[in-house]
Formats: sequence, C-alpha cells, structure tokens
Amino acid sequence: MVRPLRGRLVAGVAQGAAAQLRLDPVVLRLAFVLLSVLDGLGVLAYAALWMFTPRERQGGPAPGRDWGQVAAYAVIGMALTAFGWLTGASSGGVGTWSIAVGGIGALILWQQAEPGRRQRWMTDAVRQVRRSWIRTGIGLLLVVVGAIGFLAAQGKLAEARAGLAFTAVVVGGIALIAAPWLTALWKELQKERRERIRQEERAEMAAHVHDSVLHTLTLIQRNAQDPFEVTRLARSQERELRNWLYQPKADADATVAAAVRRVAAEIEDEHGVPIEIVCVGDCDLDDGLRAMLHAARQAMVNAAKYAEAPVISVYTEVEPEEVTVFVRDRGKGFTMEEVPEDRMGIRQSIIGRMERHGGSARVRTEPGDGTEVMLTMKRERP
Amino acid sequence: MVKVLIVDDHRLFRSGVRAELGPQIEVVGEAEDVESAVGAIESLEPDVVLLDVHMPGGGGQEVLRRVLGSGAAVRFLALSVSDAAEDVIGVIRGGARGYVTKTISGRELTDAIVRVAEGDAVFSPRLAGFVLDAFASTEAPSIDPELDSLTTREREVLRLIARGYAYKEIAKELFISVKTVETHVSSVLRKLQLSNRHELSRWATARRLV
Repeated sequence: MVRPLRGRLVAGVAQGAAAQLRLDPVVLRLAFVLLSVLDGLGVLAYAALWMFTPRERQGGPAPGRDWGQVAAYAVIGMALTAFGWLTGASSGGVGTWSIAVGGIGALILWQQAEPGRRQRWMTDAVRQVRRSWIRTGIGLLLVVVGAIGFLAAQGKLAEARAGLAFTAVVVGGIALIAAPWLTALWKELQKERRERIRQEERAEMAAHVHDSVLHTLTLIQRNAQDPFEVTRLARSQERELRNWLYQPKADADATVAAAVRRVAAEIEDEHGVPIEIVCVGDCDLDDGLRAMLHAARQAMVNAAKYAEAPVISVYTEVEPEEVTVFVRDRGKGFTMEEVPEDRMGIRQSIIGRMERHGGSARVRTEPGDGTEVMLTMKRERP
Repeated sequence: MVKVLIVDDHRLFRSGVRAELGPQIEVVGEAEDVESAVGAIESLEPDVVLLDVHMPGGGGQEVLRRVLGSGAAVRFLALSVSDAAEDVIGVIRGGARGYVTKTISGRELTDAIVRVAEGDAVFSPRLAGFVLDAFASTEAPSIDPELDSLTTREREVLRLIARGYAYKEIAKELFISVKTVETHVSSVLRKLQLSNRHELSRWATARRLV
C-alpha cells in the first residue's frame, strides 16, 4: 500500500487504503471523519497509517490539494462533533447508534452517486458558502447562539422544553446554511436529466440518419445507371423516413393501419410502383381483418403488376362496426368476364377469401378506366 | 393567366416548380423566407402564393398570419414535403385554401393553382383523410353544431378524395356536378378554418405522440 500524491486531501492515506480495498476513497474519508467524532479514533488511525505507509514515488512537483473538498470534510466533521457533543451521543451508549446509522446511510448515498458528481457536490458546497456569506454568517450565528443557549439551559434551567427550543434553533441554522446548496443540487440534477434525454434523442436521430439515409445515398450513387433502381431506392428511403418522422409508432402485427402500411411498403419495394396510403382511424387486428389484409395485398399486387398505372391509391377506414379498404389505380383496367376461370388472383385470393371470412369484395373495372377493389369486413366484437 | 409567387427556401425546388407549371400560369416572382415573401406579396400582388410550410423565420404560418392579417386578397396554396397532421391542419387553419404534397405532378399542380385562383379549395387525399379522422375522433360537446360536424354528403366527397378520385370522377360517382363537388369541399374548408373547437389543433398535435 502506498499514499498517492495526486488527488490527496490530507496525506493520501484514505486514497491509498481505498485503492487497496477497491473502495471509493470518499467512503474511507467519511469513515475516518466519523471515527474521529467517536472518541477521536479516526484521527489516531489516520496518523498511524500516515506514519507506516510509504509515499508513492513520483517525479515533478507535488500536485496541489482541492481545498474545497478538504474544507467540506472538515465542516462535516465539525458538524458531527457538535451534534454528538450537544446530544451526548459521542460519549458512548445508545446515542452513538444514531450517528452510526446516519453515517452508514450517508455512505450508501455517496456510494450510489457517480464519482464526478460527488466531487462536484463537495466543491460546490464550499463555493456556495463562499458566495452567500451573509446567509451563512446568519446561519452560523444562529447555530452558535443556539448552542450557547442550549448549554445555558442545561446548566441552569435544565428544562427539556427550552432545550428542545434551542435544538430547533440549531437545526434551523443548519437548514439555512444548507438550503441554497440543496436547491442548487436539485436544479443541477434536473438539468442533467433533461440534457441526457436530449442527448439520447440526438443520438437516435444521428444513428437513424447514418444507418438508413447515408446507406441509401451510397446505393443510389452506385446504381446511378439504373433509373428504376434509383427511383425504387429513393422511394423506399422516403417512405421509411416519413414513417419515422410523422407516423405514430405502431406495431405492424397488431393494428390495421400499420399492417396496411407495411404490406404496401413491401409491394412498393418489389414492383417499384408508388402506393399512396390514407388511413382514417385504427383498430387491433383480428382473424377476419388479417384475411382482409391478404386480399388487399393481392389487390395491390395485381394493380402493381398489370395496371401500368403511375401510382396506386389505398384508402383504409376503420368504423365502429366494420373496416373498409379501397385499392384503386388509374391504369388500363380489364373486363371481369374475360379473366380466365383458372386465374386465382381475383376470384380466389380476393373475392373468395373475403367471403369465406364473412366479408365482401367488390371489383369495379373497365378497360381504360382503371380498377378499384373495395373490401369490407365486419369487426369482431371484443 | 394566373399570377403565381413561389415561396420556398430551396432554390432547386423553386426552379423545378417553375419549369413544371403549365402555360396558363405566370410565375411573377420567388421568395425564400418569411420577410421576402411578405414583401413580394405586397409589391407583386400575385393571385396565388405557393407556400412552403417549413421556412426560416417562422414558416408558412407566419406568412399567412402577416399577410391575411393585413386584409390582402391573395390566396394561398400550401405545398410541402411534410405529412405531419399538425403542419397540414395548422396551415389550413392559418388560412391556406389547400394543401398538396411536393410529390404532386406538374399537371396536377397547375390544376390545383387554377382551382385555388378561382376561389375553390384543394384537398389532397392525405388532407381529406386527416379531416375525416379529426371530425370523427372528437366527441366533445360542440359549441356550434353546424360548424363542428360534417354532413353526410361532405363525408362522401372527402372519402372519395381520400380514395384518390379527382373532382370530375367524384361528380360522376355521386351524380352531381363538378361545381357541387367544389362547393362541398369549400364548405369543409370553411368548417376546418372556422370551427372553434380546440380539439382540432390538439388532435393534430396529439396524433404524433400516440
């Protein structure tokens, strides 16, 4: 064990011992202060360790001490001494326990705070006292008056009531000294919390832009010769960014609107035809609605593959009783009668599927006039 | 000839729009922020202002507030990349006669400008969806029932707009004239702007936070 010079407050004993025991030096410093209050044991222990522990070898001039922290520990020691003296707790017996319990509680609190913040607590406390010296002066005066009054009362009057009154004055004085420091501390903590949330948001944004947007831009440069691929990449990135910025976060496996968006996104990616989606209302998915989603997907695939339309419109409306989905394109259209019987797309995947689940499907189309598929499904009563 | 002022903070976008507009439109000027927009509207007296929603100096809503507050007779068509309900509803309630997104084709944009110049309203499918959603989801007791709810016909028209129908197609579908469709849309726009239920704005803001 050695006593380091860097970061020492008195002689580096607590710091050296803490390094040896893998503890925070603050804990040991407070332990020394506490033991010093109880019959001066801490001072003896410190002195002994100081004598028997070699100083850490180090070149150059010895670094200075953080006097703010030294003063803070001194004040804590004095406050504890005064408290023990006034209440008679330091002379042993049951009263000692109050100090011990309080001390251990304080140690646990210190241990939980992060090291940088602890250091700031100590230094800031002293700075606060220096800045608001009038308040501190009045507080100290009250403490002194209180202590004298307490002694006077004990010696001459020995009345419990007066003693209590003076104790209240002492506590009031201490509170007066500590109040601005405590409020400053509270404000500081709040500020730190806000700052952390903001930083997290910023980090999320940066990660998102980095992961998806930059990646897509690279891909676009690499595929510059292929207009279809460039359009597809740009469109898919735009959709993703829009969803991220403007859409309420929803689980695509749980609600209708999110599921419709996901299905449309997949088809857009696959076929390169933009799909404009408008959703009014939203509700949880049930079996019937899942079947309707499959039908809607098939309708979108048909429109993307055969209609040759520049854009497909999908409109979803959730009403209290039922859900309706419209898939519309202004493409070339077709004649229902001319679709061969064996073509599974419309008859089976759309109309048949909807009817099996108790819904309905209507297809409106004419050559040259586009196609609209309307799907309606009753909602399951919860 | 409809005189148009293009207000947008992206130069590339302004020149793109300029090149795409049809021959019945005359672009009389461009502006890139709130200050220059307000100045240009005063000096150039355009019929229609193509207004970007997000701009330095307060955005489209600030331009609307300052120009319409002074009682000018100019009409606004909002043109934005944003899909956010609070932007769309906000700029319409600020006084714009319509809202279209920047993905719109040159021909559709020309039609929309002419329509706004004639005093009609222009709703994109997305805006129609927002209006249906907003008027359906507010259940608070209304102060003015006429302003605070949509008629069945208005609802039908909005639904068809949301389904991607053009005004002409809506007229055919509902067996009414295009003029009647325009009247319904204008009436919805009036309700959207005048309905003093705060829920509308709150709905738009809350929608993002779900």
